[in-house]
Amino acid sequence: MAEQFVGKFSEFKDGDRRIIFVGDNEIGVFRHDGRFYAYSNYCLHQGGPACEGLTIAKVEERLRPDKTSEGLFFSDTEMHFVCPWHGYEYDMKTGECVSDRKLKLRSYKIVEKGDEVYVVA
Amino acid sequence: MDLIADRGRRVTVEELNTTRLLAHARKQAVQRKFDDLLIVDVDAHHYENEHMSEILPFMENDVLKQITMGGRATTRRSIMPSQAGFTQDMGGRVTRYPMRGSEKTDSNGKHRDIQLGERWMDAMSVDYSCLFPTGMLNIGMHPQKEMEVELCWAYNRWLTEKVLPESNNRFFSMLCIPFSDPEASLRHVETFGDRKGVGGFMVTTVRHLQVNDNAYMKVYRAMEERGLVLSFHSGPSWSEPVFRACNRFLSVHALGFSFYNILHCTNWVINGMGERFPKLPVVWIESGLAWVPFLMQRLDHEYMMRPSEAPVLKKKPSDYMRDMFYSSQPMEIQDYEAMECTFRMINAETQLLYSSDYPHWDFDLPSTIYDLPFLSEKAKHNILGGTAARLFKLPPRNAAQKANLEKFGNLTAAA
Repeated sequence: MAEQFVGKFSEFKDGDRRIIFVGDNEIGVFRHDGRFYAYSNYCLHQGGPACEGLTIAKVEERLRPDKTSEGLFFSDTEMHFVCPWHGYEYDMKTGECVSDRKLKLRSYKIVEKGDEVYVVA
Repeated sequence: MDLIADRGRRVTVEELNTTRLLAHARKQAVQRKFDDLLIVDVDAHHYENEHMSEILPFMENDVLKQITMGGRATTRRSIMPSQAGFTQDMGGRVTRYPMRGSEKTDSNGKHRDIQLGERWMDAMSVDYSCLFPTGMLNIGMHPQKEMEVELCWAYNRWLTEKVLPESNNRFFSMLCIPFSDPEASLRHVETFGDRKGVGGFMVTTVRHLQVNDNAYMKVYRAMEERGLVLSFHSGPSWSEPVFRACNRFLSVHALGFSFYNILHCTNWVINGMGERFPKLPVVWIESGLAWVPFLMQRLDHEYMMRPSEAPVLKKKPSDYMRDMFYSSQPMEIQDYEAMECTFRMINAETQLLYSSDYPHWDFDLPSTIYDLPFLSEKAKHNILGGTAARLFKLPPRNAAQKANLEKFGNLTAAA
Protein backbone atom coordinates (compact mmCIF):
# COMPACT_ATOMS: atom_id res chain seq x y z
CA MET A 1 0.00 0.00 0.00
CA ALA A 2 1.45 3.35 -1.01
CA GLU A 3 0.33 6.90 -0.55
CA GLN A 4 -0.96 8.40 -3.79
CA PHE A 5 -1.12 12.16 -4.13
CA VAL A 6 -4.69 13.42 -4.58
CA GLY A 7 -4.26 17.18 -4.56
CA LYS A 8 -3.68 20.31 -2.53
CA PHE A 9 -6.07 20.69 0.37
CA SER A 10 -6.42 24.38 -0.41
CA GLU A 11 -7.56 23.58 -3.96
CA PHE A 12 -10.12 21.00 -2.83
CA LYS A 13 -13.39 22.84 -2.18
CA ASP A 14 -16.22 21.31 -0.25
CA GLY A 15 -18.31 19.30 -2.72
CA ASP A 16 -15.33 18.64 -5.00
CA ARG A 17 -14.42 15.17 -6.19
CA ARG A 18 -11.43 13.72 -8.00
CA ILE A 19 -10.74 10.39 -9.62
CA ILE A 20 -7.28 8.99 -8.86
CA PHE A 21 -5.74 6.33 -11.08
CA VAL A 22 -3.53 3.81 -9.33
CA GLY A 23 -2.32 1.30 -11.88
CA ASP A 24 -5.49 -0.34 -13.20
CA ASN A 25 -7.47 0.80 -10.21
CA GLU A 26 -9.59 3.94 -9.96
CA ILE A 27 -10.49 5.68 -6.73
CA GLY A 28 -13.02 8.46 -6.25
CA VAL A 29 -12.07 11.03 -3.59
CA PHE A 30 -14.81 13.31 -2.30
CA ARG A 31 -14.67 16.25 0.07
CA HIS A 32 -17.98 16.59 1.85
CA ASP A 33 -18.78 18.69 4.92
CA GLY A 34 -15.08 19.24 5.56
CA ARG A 35 -14.12 15.56 5.49
CA PHE A 36 -12.55 13.40 2.81
CA TYR A 37 -13.97 10.08 1.64
CA ALA A 38 -12.37 7.70 -0.87
CA TYR A 39 -14.05 4.75 -2.58
CA SER A 40 -13.52 2.35 -5.45
CA ASN A 41 -14.80 3.88 -8.68
CA TYR A 42 -16.28 0.55 -9.82
CA CYS A 43 -20.00 0.23 -9.18
CA LEU A 44 -21.02 -3.01 -7.49
CA HIS A 45 -23.80 -3.44 -10.03
CA GLN A 46 -22.23 -3.59 -13.49
CA GLY A 47 -18.89 -1.89 -12.92
CA GLY A 48 -19.88 1.64 -13.88
CA PRO A 49 -17.93 4.70 -12.74
CA ALA A 50 -19.67 4.86 -9.37
CA CYS A 51 -17.94 8.03 -8.17
CA GLU A 52 -18.35 10.09 -11.32
CA GLY A 53 -22.04 10.90 -11.17
CA LEU A 54 -24.18 13.31 -9.22
CA THR A 55 -23.90 13.91 -5.51
CA ILE A 56 -27.39 14.37 -4.23
CA ALA A 57 -29.11 14.25 -0.86
CA LYS A 58 -30.98 11.13 0.16
CA VAL A 59 -34.68 11.23 -0.67
CA GLU A 60 -36.85 10.57 2.35
CA GLU A 61 -40.55 10.00 2.69
CA ARG A 62 -41.71 11.43 5.97
CA LEU A 63 -44.50 9.64 7.75
CA ARG A 64 -46.74 11.26 10.32
CA PRO A 65 -47.54 9.49 13.61
CA ASP A 66 -50.78 8.24 12.09
CA LYS A 67 -48.68 6.58 9.30
CA THR A 68 -49.93 8.88 6.56
CA SER A 69 -47.31 10.22 4.19
CA GLU A 70 -46.24 13.81 4.39
CA GLY A 71 -44.51 13.51 1.01
CA LEU A 72 -40.96 13.41 -0.33
CA PHE A 73 -38.10 15.49 1.04
CA PHE A 74 -34.35 15.78 0.67
CA SER A 75 -32.46 14.65 3.77
CA ASP A 76 -30.71 17.32 5.80
CA THR A 77 -28.01 14.91 6.93
CA GLU A 78 -27.41 12.11 4.44
CA MET A 79 -25.59 12.71 1.18
CA HIS A 80 -25.38 10.19 -1.64
CA PHE A 81 -23.31 9.84 -4.75
CA VAL A 82 -24.88 8.13 -7.75
CA CYS A 83 -23.42 5.85 -10.40
CA PRO A 84 -24.27 7.55 -13.69
CA TRP A 85 -24.79 4.29 -15.57
CA HIS A 86 -27.92 3.03 -13.79
CA GLY A 87 -28.49 5.20 -10.75
CA TYR A 88 -27.14 2.96 -7.97
CA GLU A 89 -26.87 5.28 -4.96
CA TYR A 90 -24.11 5.11 -2.33
CA ASP A 91 -23.93 6.67 1.12
CA MET A 92 -21.18 9.30 1.09
CA LYS A 93 -20.08 8.57 4.65
CA THR A 94 -19.98 4.76 4.44
CA GLY A 95 -19.83 3.71 0.79
CA GLU A 96 -22.84 1.48 1.39
CA CYS A 97 -25.28 0.88 -1.45
CA VAL A 98 -28.39 2.48 -0.01
CA SER A 99 -30.75 -0.04 -1.62
CA ASP A 100 -28.94 -2.92 0.09
CA ARG A 101 -26.51 -1.87 2.77
CA LYS A 102 -24.86 -5.29 2.80
CA LEU A 103 -23.20 -4.11 -0.42
CA LYS A 104 -20.39 -1.68 0.18
CA LEU A 105 -17.81 -0.07 -2.06
CA ARG A 106 -14.21 -0.65 -1.04
CA SER A 107 -13.05 2.38 0.92
CA TYR A 108 -9.57 3.83 1.12
CA LYS A 109 -7.80 5.74 3.87
CA ILE A 110 -7.08 9.41 3.33
CA VAL A 111 -3.97 11.04 4.80
CA GLU A 112 -3.54 14.81 5.07
CA LYS A 113 0.01 16.13 5.26
CA GLY A 114 0.12 19.86 5.61
CA ASP A 115 -1.60 21.20 2.52
CA GLU A 116 -1.43 17.89 0.68
CA VAL A 117 -4.00 15.11 0.51
CA TYR A 118 -3.06 11.47 -0.15
CA VAL A 119 -5.04 8.28 -0.59
CA VAL A 120 -3.54 5.03 0.65
CA ALA A 121 -3.93 2.37 -2.03
CA MET B 1 -22.75 21.98 -18.45
CA ASP B 2 -24.46 22.14 -15.08
CA LEU B 3 -26.75 19.53 -13.64
CA ILE B 4 -29.00 20.50 -10.81
CA ALA B 5 -28.69 18.23 -7.82
CA ASP B 6 -28.65 18.30 -4.06
CA ARG B 7 -31.40 20.81 -3.33
CA GLY B 8 -30.58 22.90 -6.34
CA ARG B 9 -26.80 23.02 -6.00
CA ARG B 10 -25.38 23.07 -9.49
CA VAL B 11 -22.89 20.35 -10.31
CA THR B 12 -20.63 21.14 -13.21
CA VAL B 13 -19.90 18.17 -15.40
CA GLU B 14 -17.97 17.88 -18.62
CA GLU B 15 -19.74 17.33 -21.89
CA LEU B 16 -20.98 13.83 -22.47
CA ASN B 17 -18.65 11.50 -24.29
CA THR B 18 -20.05 8.00 -24.65
CA THR B 19 -16.64 6.40 -25.11
CA ARG B 20 -15.42 7.97 -21.88
CA LEU B 21 -18.63 7.21 -20.00
CA LEU B 22 -18.31 3.56 -21.01
CA ALA B 23 -14.56 3.24 -20.40
CA HIS B 24 -15.21 0.58 -17.77
CA ALA B 25 -17.30 -1.38 -20.26
CA ARG B 26 -14.34 -1.36 -22.63
CA LYS B 27 -12.11 -2.59 -19.82
CA GLN B 28 -14.49 -5.48 -19.17
CA ALA B 29 -14.53 -6.33 -22.88
CA VAL B 30 -10.72 -6.46 -23.03
CA GLN B 31 -10.46 -8.55 -19.85
CA ARG B 32 -12.93 -11.07 -21.21
CA LYS B 33 -11.61 -11.05 -24.80
CA PHE B 34 -15.04 -10.06 -26.10
CA ASP B 35 -13.62 -9.08 -29.47
CA ASP B 36 -13.16 -12.83 -30.11
CA LEU B 37 -16.89 -13.44 -29.59
CA LEU B 38 -19.52 -12.39 -32.06
CA ILE B 39 -21.79 -10.22 -29.91
CA VAL B 40 -25.20 -9.19 -31.20
CA ASP B 41 -27.35 -6.71 -29.32
CA VAL B 42 -30.94 -7.37 -30.37
CA ASP B 43 -32.36 -4.29 -28.65
CA ALA B 44 -30.56 -0.94 -28.77
CA HIS B 45 -32.12 2.45 -29.23
CA HIS B 46 -31.71 5.85 -30.74
CA TYR B 47 -33.68 9.04 -30.18
CA GLU B 48 -35.46 9.45 -33.47
CA ASN B 49 -37.53 12.26 -31.95
CA GLU B 50 -34.42 14.44 -32.28
CA HIS B 51 -34.52 13.99 -36.05
CA MET B 52 -38.17 14.66 -36.81
CA SER B 53 -37.25 17.33 -39.32
CA GLU B 54 -35.49 14.60 -41.32
CA ILE B 55 -38.22 12.01 -40.83
CA LEU B 56 -41.46 13.90 -41.41
CA PRO B 57 -40.77 14.80 -45.07
CA PHE B 58 -41.07 11.07 -45.81
CA MET B 59 -44.76 11.12 -44.85
CA GLU B 60 -46.92 10.29 -47.87
CA ASN B 61 -50.14 12.14 -47.13
CA ASP B 62 -49.74 15.84 -47.87
CA VAL B 63 -52.36 16.96 -45.36
CA LEU B 64 -51.01 14.92 -42.47
CA LYS B 65 -47.49 15.97 -43.38
CA GLN B 66 -48.54 19.62 -43.31
CA ILE B 67 -50.21 19.15 -39.95
CA THR B 68 -47.04 17.74 -38.39
CA MET B 69 -44.57 20.05 -40.08
CA GLY B 70 -46.49 23.29 -40.05
CA GLY B 71 -47.72 25.68 -37.41
CA ARG B 72 -47.44 24.90 -33.74
CA ALA B 73 -46.74 21.25 -34.44
CA THR B 74 -43.16 22.20 -35.25
CA THR B 75 -42.48 21.97 -31.53
CA ARG B 76 -42.89 18.24 -32.21
CA ARG B 77 -44.66 17.74 -28.91
CA SER B 78 -47.93 17.03 -30.62
CA ILE B 79 -46.59 14.47 -33.06
CA MET B 80 -45.86 11.45 -30.93
CA PRO B 81 -47.90 10.23 -27.98
CA SER B 82 -46.05 11.44 -24.92
CA GLN B 83 -45.99 10.13 -21.41
CA ALA B 84 -46.19 12.56 -18.50
CA GLY B 85 -44.31 11.42 -15.43
CA PHE B 86 -41.80 9.29 -17.31
CA THR B 87 -38.68 10.46 -15.50
CA GLN B 88 -36.36 7.87 -17.01
CA ASP B 89 -33.30 9.91 -16.06
CA MET B 90 -34.20 9.97 -12.33
CA GLY B 91 -33.86 13.70 -12.04
CA GLY B 92 -30.56 13.72 -13.89
CA ARG B 93 -28.95 10.94 -11.85
CA VAL B 94 -28.52 8.97 -15.10
CA THR B 95 -26.44 11.73 -16.61
CA ARG B 96 -26.46 10.64 -20.24
CA TYR B 97 -30.09 11.76 -20.55
CA PRO B 98 -29.77 15.47 -19.71
CA MET B 99 -26.27 15.64 -21.24
CA ARG B 100 -27.09 13.87 -24.49
CA GLY B 101 -27.28 17.07 -26.46
CA SER B 102 -23.78 18.09 -25.35
CA GLU B 103 -22.06 15.13 -26.99
CA LYS B 104 -20.02 16.14 -30.01
CA THR B 105 -19.90 14.08 -33.18
CA ASP B 106 -17.66 14.38 -36.21
CA SER B 107 -18.79 16.33 -39.23
CA ASN B 108 -17.71 13.49 -41.49
CA GLY B 109 -21.10 13.05 -43.08
CA LYS B 110 -21.97 9.94 -41.11
CA HIS B 111 -25.30 10.24 -39.33
CA ARG B 112 -25.01 11.36 -35.70
CA ASP B 113 -26.98 8.37 -34.43
CA ILE B 114 -24.62 5.98 -36.19
CA GLN B 115 -21.59 7.70 -34.72
CA LEU B 116 -23.06 7.56 -31.22
CA GLY B 117 -24.07 3.95 -31.74
CA GLU B 118 -20.61 2.94 -32.86
CA ARG B 119 -19.17 4.47 -29.70
CA TRP B 120 -21.23 2.36 -27.35
CA MET B 121 -20.94 -0.74 -29.52
CA ASP B 122 -17.16 -0.46 -29.63
CA ALA B 123 -17.02 0.12 -25.88
CA MET B 124 -19.06 -3.01 -25.19
CA SER B 125 -17.51 -4.99 -28.04
CA VAL B 126 -20.90 -5.37 -29.67
CA ASP B 127 -20.55 -6.31 -33.33
CA TYR B 128 -24.13 -5.80 -34.49
CA SER B 129 -27.06 -3.91 -33.00
CA CYS B 130 -30.73 -4.06 -33.78
CA LEU B 131 -31.69 -0.41 -33.71
CA PHE B 132 -35.10 0.53 -32.36
CA PRO B 133 -36.66 3.96 -31.90
CA THR B 134 -37.57 5.46 -28.53
CA GLY B 135 -40.58 7.76 -28.85
CA MET B 136 -42.05 5.60 -31.59
CA LEU B 137 -42.47 2.81 -29.04
CA ASN B 138 -45.57 4.75 -27.96
CA ILE B 139 -47.01 4.84 -31.47
CA GLY B 140 -49.74 2.36 -30.57
CA MET B 141 -51.22 5.00 -28.27
CA HIS B 142 -51.71 7.50 -31.08
CA PRO B 143 -55.39 8.39 -31.29
CA GLN B 144 -55.31 8.55 -35.10
CA LYS B 145 -54.80 5.29 -36.95
CA GLU B 146 -53.87 7.08 -40.17
CA MET B 147 -51.21 9.09 -38.35
CA GLU B 148 -49.73 5.91 -36.91
CA VAL B 149 -49.48 4.56 -40.45
CA GLU B 150 -47.89 7.73 -41.79
CA LEU B 151 -45.35 8.06 -38.99
CA CYS B 152 -44.29 4.41 -39.22
CA TRP B 153 -43.93 4.77 -42.96
CA ALA B 154 -41.85 7.94 -42.69
CA TYR B 155 -39.63 6.53 -39.96
CA ASN B 156 -39.06 3.28 -41.81
CA ARG B 157 -38.16 5.04 -45.04
CA TRP B 158 -35.79 7.41 -43.23
CA LEU B 159 -34.18 4.60 -41.25
CA THR B 160 -33.65 2.28 -44.21
CA GLU B 161 -32.64 4.99 -46.69
CA LYS B 162 -30.68 7.49 -44.60
CA VAL B 163 -29.46 5.85 -41.40
CA LEU B 164 -28.81 2.12 -41.76
CA PRO B 165 -26.85 2.49 -45.04
CA GLU B 166 -24.24 4.55 -43.15
CA SER B 167 -23.62 1.93 -40.50
CA ASN B 168 -21.28 -0.31 -42.47
CA ASN B 169 -23.82 -3.11 -41.94
CA ARG B 170 -23.33 -3.07 -38.14
CA PHE B 171 -26.86 -1.81 -37.48
CA PHE B 172 -29.96 -3.62 -38.55
CA SER B 173 -33.56 -3.22 -37.47
CA MET B 174 -36.89 -4.85 -37.01
CA LEU B 175 -39.09 -2.12 -38.35
CA CYS B 176 -42.06 -0.67 -36.52
CA ILE B 177 -45.34 -1.70 -38.19
CA PRO B 178 -48.58 0.28 -37.85
CA PHE B 179 -50.36 -2.53 -36.09
CA SER B 180 -53.63 -0.63 -35.76
CA ASP B 181 -54.04 -1.05 -39.52
CA PRO B 182 -53.45 -4.64 -40.72
CA GLU B 183 -53.59 -3.66 -44.42
CA ALA B 184 -50.97 -0.98 -43.90
CA SER B 185 -48.89 -3.39 -41.84
CA LEU B 186 -48.90 -5.81 -44.76
CA ARG B 187 -47.85 -3.02 -47.12
CA HIS B 188 -44.93 -2.26 -44.78
CA VAL B 189 -43.79 -5.87 -44.86
CA GLU B 190 -44.10 -6.04 -48.63
CA THR B 191 -42.32 -2.72 -49.16
CA PHE B 192 -39.55 -2.88 -46.60
CA GLY B 193 -39.18 -6.60 -45.97
CA ASP B 194 -36.51 -7.15 -48.59
CA ARG B 195 -34.52 -4.01 -47.86
CA LYS B 196 -30.95 -4.24 -46.63
CA GLY B 197 -30.66 -4.12 -42.87
CA VAL B 198 -34.23 -5.27 -42.25
CA GLY B 199 -34.22 -8.41 -40.12
CA GLY B 200 -37.92 -8.37 -39.41
CA PHE B 201 -40.73 -6.30 -37.99
CA MET B 202 -41.66 -5.08 -34.54
CA VAL B 203 -45.03 -4.65 -32.90
CA THR B 204 -45.04 -2.07 -30.13
CA THR B 205 -47.01 -3.75 -27.38
CA VAL B 206 -48.68 -0.85 -25.59
CA ARG B 207 -51.96 -1.67 -27.28
CA HIS B 208 -55.27 -3.38 -26.67
CA LEU B 209 -55.53 -5.18 -30.01
CA GLN B 210 -55.69 -8.96 -30.23
CA VAL B 211 -52.59 -10.30 -31.95
CA ASN B 212 -54.60 -13.38 -32.94
CA ASP B 213 -57.18 -11.40 -34.95
CA ASN B 214 -57.80 -12.93 -38.37
CA ALA B 215 -56.85 -9.62 -39.98
CA TYR B 216 -53.20 -10.17 -39.03
CA MET B 217 -52.74 -13.64 -40.52
CA LYS B 218 -51.67 -12.28 -43.89
CA VAL B 219 -49.15 -10.03 -42.17
CA TYR B 220 -47.54 -12.91 -40.28
CA ARG B 221 -47.61 -15.09 -43.37
CA ALA B 222 -45.82 -12.40 -45.38
CA MET B 223 -43.09 -12.28 -42.75
CA GLU B 224 -42.77 -16.04 -42.55
CA GLU B 225 -42.55 -16.38 -46.32
CA ARG B 226 -39.69 -13.88 -46.40
CA GLY B 227 -37.75 -15.54 -43.60
CA LEU B 228 -38.17 -12.50 -41.38
CA VAL B 229 -38.44 -12.25 -37.60
CA LEU B 230 -41.48 -10.95 -35.73
CA SER B 231 -40.78 -9.18 -32.47
CA PHE B 232 -42.92 -7.66 -29.75
CA HIS B 233 -41.20 -4.73 -28.05
CA SER B 234 -42.78 -3.97 -24.72
CA GLY B 235 -43.14 -0.73 -22.83
CA PRO B 236 -44.98 0.88 -19.95
CA SER B 237 -48.02 3.15 -20.00
CA TRP B 238 -49.18 5.25 -17.08
CA SER B 239 -52.37 6.05 -18.93
CA GLU B 240 -53.36 2.39 -18.90
CA PRO B 241 -56.34 2.39 -16.52
CA VAL B 242 -54.96 -0.31 -14.24
CA PHE B 243 -51.64 1.51 -13.89
CA ARG B 244 -53.32 4.70 -12.77
CA ALA B 245 -53.28 2.94 -9.44
CA CYS B 246 -49.47 3.30 -9.35
CA ASN B 247 -47.92 6.41 -7.81
CA ARG B 248 -44.29 5.86 -8.79
CA PHE B 249 -42.56 5.52 -12.15
CA LEU B 250 -40.65 2.53 -10.74
CA SER B 251 -43.92 0.68 -10.27
CA VAL B 252 -45.33 1.47 -13.71
CA HIS B 253 -42.03 0.57 -15.34
CA ALA B 254 -41.55 -2.68 -13.43
CA LEU B 255 -45.07 -3.89 -14.14
CA GLY B 256 -45.77 -2.37 -17.53
CA PHE B 257 -42.88 -3.87 -19.47
CA SER B 258 -43.84 -7.35 -18.35
CA PHE B 259 -47.59 -6.78 -18.44
CA TYR B 260 -47.95 -6.02 -22.13
CA ASN B 261 -45.78 -8.93 -23.25
CA ILE B 262 -47.64 -11.25 -20.87
CA LEU B 263 -50.90 -10.05 -22.41
CA HIS B 264 -49.89 -10.48 -26.05
CA CYS B 265 -47.88 -13.66 -25.49
CA THR B 266 -50.92 -15.23 -23.85
CA ASN B 267 -53.08 -14.52 -26.89
CA TRP B 268 -50.32 -15.64 -29.23
CA VAL B 269 -49.88 -18.98 -27.46
CA ILE B 270 -53.47 -19.85 -26.55
CA ASN B 271 -54.68 -19.17 -30.09
CA GLY B 272 -52.10 -21.53 -31.52
CA MET B 273 -50.09 -19.04 -33.51
CA GLY B 274 -47.08 -21.29 -33.08
CA GLU B 275 -49.00 -24.02 -34.92
CA ARG B 276 -50.17 -21.65 -37.64
CA PHE B 277 -46.74 -20.12 -38.32
CA PRO B 278 -44.18 -22.71 -37.22
CA LYS B 279 -41.37 -21.19 -39.26
CA LEU B 280 -41.90 -17.62 -38.08
CA PRO B 281 -39.32 -16.77 -35.40
CA VAL B 282 -40.92 -14.69 -32.63
CA VAL B 283 -38.93 -12.59 -30.15
CA TRP B 284 -40.32 -11.04 -26.96
CA ILE B 285 -38.32 -7.94 -26.17
CA GLU B 286 -37.49 -5.93 -23.06
CA SER B 287 -39.65 -7.52 -20.42
CA GLY B 288 -36.85 -9.10 -18.45
CA LEU B 289 -37.05 -12.85 -17.95
CA ALA B 290 -38.85 -13.49 -14.65
CA TRP B 291 -42.25 -13.25 -16.31
CA VAL B 292 -41.62 -16.19 -18.62
CA PRO B 293 -41.65 -19.01 -16.02
CA PHE B 294 -44.64 -17.33 -14.37
CA LEU B 295 -46.63 -17.34 -17.59
CA MET B 296 -45.55 -20.86 -18.54
CA GLN B 297 -46.87 -22.18 -15.26
CA ARG B 298 -50.10 -20.17 -15.35
CA LEU B 299 -50.98 -21.14 -18.91
CA ASP B 300 -50.05 -24.81 -18.53
CA HIS B 301 -52.12 -25.05 -15.37
CA GLU B 302 -55.23 -23.62 -17.00
CA TYR B 303 -54.74 -25.46 -20.30
CA MET B 304 -54.71 -28.84 -18.58
CA MET B 305 -58.24 -28.14 -17.34
CA ARG B 306 -59.65 -26.21 -20.30
CA PRO B 307 -58.15 -27.66 -23.52
CA SER B 308 -61.45 -27.01 -25.29
CA GLU B 309 -60.65 -23.30 -25.21
CA ALA B 310 -57.31 -23.78 -26.95
CA PRO B 311 -58.11 -26.48 -29.50
CA VAL B 312 -55.37 -25.51 -31.97
CA LEU B 313 -52.68 -26.51 -29.49
CA LYS B 314 -50.94 -29.86 -29.90
CA LYS B 315 -48.71 -29.46 -26.88
CA LYS B 316 -48.65 -27.43 -23.68
CA PRO B 317 -48.44 -23.62 -23.80
CA SER B 318 -45.00 -23.72 -22.21
CA ASP B 319 -43.75 -25.88 -25.08
CA TYR B 320 -44.77 -23.19 -27.55
CA MET B 321 -43.16 -20.57 -25.36
CA ARG B 322 -39.93 -22.58 -25.44
CA ASP B 323 -40.05 -22.44 -29.24
CA MET B 324 -39.88 -18.64 -29.13
CA PHE B 325 -37.03 -16.26 -28.32
CA TYR B 326 -36.53 -13.76 -25.52
CA SER B 327 -34.24 -10.76 -25.25
CA SER B 328 -32.26 -10.74 -22.04
CA GLN B 329 -32.55 -7.19 -20.74
CA PRO B 330 -33.46 -6.03 -18.12
CA MET B 331 -32.26 -9.26 -16.55
CA GLU B 332 -33.39 -9.67 -12.95
CA ILE B 333 -30.09 -10.48 -11.23
CA GLN B 334 -31.03 -10.48 -7.57
CA ASP B 335 -31.39 -14.24 -7.13
CA TYR B 336 -29.05 -16.43 -9.17
CA GLU B 337 -30.86 -19.63 -8.23
CA ALA B 338 -34.15 -18.25 -9.53
CA MET B 339 -32.41 -17.04 -12.65
CA GLU B 340 -30.81 -20.43 -13.26
CA CYS B 341 -34.28 -21.98 -13.04
CA THR B 342 -35.56 -19.41 -15.54
CA PHE B 343 -32.72 -20.19 -17.93
CA ARG B 344 -33.53 -23.89 -17.71
CA MET B 345 -37.26 -23.31 -18.28
CA ILE B 346 -36.80 -21.17 -21.37
CA ASN B 347 -33.98 -23.26 -22.89
CA ALA B 348 -31.78 -20.21 -22.72
CA GLU B 349 -28.93 -21.90 -24.54
CA THR B 350 -30.92 -21.79 -27.76
CA GLN B 351 -33.72 -19.26 -27.10
CA LEU B 352 -32.16 -16.33 -25.23
CA LEU B 353 -30.73 -13.35 -27.10
CA TYR B 354 -28.46 -10.79 -25.46
CA SER B 355 -29.74 -7.23 -25.51
CA SER B 356 -28.35 -4.04 -23.98
CA ASP B 357 -31.21 -1.56 -24.41
CA TYR B 358 -28.49 1.08 -24.47
CA PRO B 359 -28.66 4.05 -24.03
CA HIS B 360 -31.75 3.66 -21.88
CA TRP B 361 -31.38 3.88 -18.12
CA ASP B 362 -31.52 0.16 -17.25
CA PHE B 363 -29.12 -1.15 -19.89
CA ASP B 364 -27.18 -4.41 -19.50
CA LEU B 365 -23.58 -5.02 -20.56
CA PRO B 366 -22.49 -8.28 -22.25
CA SER B 367 -20.75 -9.20 -18.97
CA THR B 368 -24.18 -9.68 -17.35
CA ILE B 369 -24.43 -12.84 -19.46
CA TYR B 370 -20.77 -13.79 -19.67
CA ASP B 371 -20.19 -13.69 -15.90
CA LEU B 372 -23.13 -15.92 -14.95
CA PRO B 373 -21.64 -18.81 -12.97
CA PHE B 374 -24.06 -21.48 -14.17
CA LEU B 375 -23.70 -21.07 -17.95
CA SER B 376 -21.66 -23.32 -20.22
CA GLU B 377 -19.26 -21.80 -22.72
CA LYS B 378 -21.60 -22.82 -25.52
CA ALA B 379 -24.53 -21.11 -23.82
CA LYS B 380 -22.54 -17.91 -23.33
CA HIS B 381 -21.51 -17.82 -26.97
CA ASN B 382 -25.00 -18.63 -28.20
CA ILE B 383 -26.75 -16.08 -26.01
CA LEU B 384 -24.29 -13.27 -26.64
CA GLY B 385 -24.46 -13.60 -30.39
CA GLY B 386 -24.43 -17.07 -31.92
CA THR B 387 -28.19 -17.57 -31.85
CA ALA B 388 -28.86 -14.06 -33.15
CA ALA B 389 -26.27 -14.54 -35.87
CA ARG B 390 -28.25 -17.56 -37.05
CA LEU B 391 -31.57 -15.74 -36.84
CA PHE B 392 -30.45 -12.61 -38.65
CA LYS B 393 -27.74 -14.21 -40.84
CA LEU B 394 -24.92 -12.08 -39.50
CA PRO B 395 -21.36 -13.01 -40.51
CA PRO B 396 -18.33 -12.98 -38.17
CA ARG B 397 -16.18 -9.85 -38.19
CA ASN B 398 -12.82 -11.52 -37.55
CA ALA B 399 -11.14 -14.92 -37.65
CA ALA B 400 -11.53 -15.59 -33.92
CA GLN B 401 -15.26 -14.96 -34.12
CA LYS B 402 -15.50 -17.27 -37.12
CA ALA B 403 -13.69 -20.01 -35.20
CA ASN B 404 -16.00 -19.57 -32.22
CA LEU B 405 -19.11 -19.64 -34.38
CA GLU B 406 -17.83 -22.82 -35.99
CA LYS B 407 -16.98 -24.36 -32.62
CA PHE B 408 -20.49 -23.90 -31.30
CA GLY B 409 -22.32 -24.76 -34.52
CA ASN B 410 -23.47 -21.26 -35.43
CA LEU B 411 -21.36 -20.49 -38.48
CA THR B 412 -23.15 -22.14 -41.38
CA ALA B 413 -26.43 -20.42 -40.83
CA ALA B 414 -24.82 -17.11 -39.97
CA ALA B 415 -22.38 -16.57 -42.78
